[in-house]
Amino acid sequence: MATHTIEVTVNGEKHQATVESRLLLVHLLREQLRLTGTHIGCDTTHCGACTILLDGQPVKSCTVLAVQADGHQLTTVEGLEKDGKLHPIQEGFWEKHGLQCGFCTPGMMMTSCALLARNKKPTELEIREAISGNLCRCTGYVNIVKAIQMAAERLA
Amino acid sequence: MIPAAFDYHAPKSLAEAVGLLSQYGDGAKVLSGGQSLLPLLKLRLGQAAHLVDIGRIPGLEYIKEEGGMLRIGGRTRESALEHSDLIRSRYPILLDTVLVIADPLVRNMATVGGNLAHGDPGNDHPATMLVLGAQVVATGPKGERVIPVDKFFLGLFSTALKPDEIVTEIRIPMPAARSGGAYVKFERKVGDYATAAAAASITLAANGTIAQAGLALTNMGPTSVRATAAEQQLVGKKPDAAVLESAARAAAQATSPNADRRGATDYKKEMGRVLAVRALKKALARAGGN
Repeated sequence: MATHTIEVTVNGEKHQATVESRLLLVHLLREQLRLTGTHIGCDTTHCGACTILLDGQPVKSCTVLAVQADGHQLTTVEGLEKDGKLHPIQEGFWEKHGLQCGFCTPGMMMTSCALLARNKKPTELEIREAISGNLCRCTGYVNIVKAIQMAAERLA
Repeated sequence: MIPAAFDYHAPKSLAEAVGLLSQYGDGAKVLSGGQSLLPLLKLRLGQAAHLVDIGRIPGLEYIKEEGGMLRIGGRTRESALEHSDLIRSRYPILLDTVLVIADPLVRNMATVGGNLAHGDPGNDHPATMLVLGAQVVATGPKGERVIPVDKFFLGLFSTALKPDEIVTEIRIPMPAARSGGAYVKFERKVGDYATAAAAASITLAANGTIAQAGLALTNMGPTSVRATAAEQQLVGKKPDAAVLESAARAAAQATSPNADRRGATDYKKEMGRVLAVRALKKALARAGGN
């Protein structure tokens, strides 16, 4: 079985790993690097629970091979908090109660971070379009939108 | 879900990639954005012994106008089209199309070449490319070959591409004066394939009649369906509502959608008709007509 030695930078830290060709990026993160904040939801490219940033762009890590990420920069939900201080997007989700069961939350926050990096003042419609690939089965979208709006204000 | 085992190759040049495809033949698949291929492999609906990742080959991602054509690199991501000022200002039909492909996260990986090469009748680019008269540039062991998109889609998941060819460019003629196009899709939810969708293009003559018309429907048969009879009805006519509606009816009649969870055959045909009217009206407005 073909294996590959890859190097990925995750949340600013370099990691080397030996991976099988077919290993999915989400499994590299969760099972080899033990970063279990990234969730596996549908496993069929629908739900966005596994969203991470690949070179700053949100992607579904269940639909990327680990070996495709060789040499790239990854950010997971664990990379949001800095020096014990929550990222404004995390504060937003906390204060606006942007979660119920919390399963979609890591993916929602990663997508939101990428949105706010390219659009400082998104309209409600732009927020809703940006998170349209992330499903919340508690249907808590109203507070998720409020959380992102609050983060946008704090980051402005 | 874990795909069955395969070998992964990451060629650094087109020549190397084509060499690998020639070597492994039918056992190899091109990995572009992977947003259709990886789900297929994970669900084990498809298998490949070798994946040839073209993501590390430089020079396959671009959007530019040159020599009278819009040229899109085969590996250009859908999100690049979405955020391109050139596409936003000059090719609204392409913007319509890209905004309804899957969802924004998938579009950050998915590529235009992959959307065409996959040959899925549910994909959105094919109908748009049919009405725009696009050409697909395929690179293989003997170099480049230009395939008119009319001759590209052969059947369900089947295209004119040979196993050792890679889609390296998509060419679209630059829009003529007084022309416009539109893509309208009806989907159950964001990210779904079309229940029905229609692409339309219209060029107006100086006297206000239709000089050229394109109309094609998505997910209404084993390939995207170009409605040639409907197009012929439109040419030379004054584009009033009755003319557009009659063409849309002809377009829907020529389709053969399967009944599935998105709806019954008759329902899909009716949706195809409705969407064809809407796409024609939007294209006409963009062409500067009423």
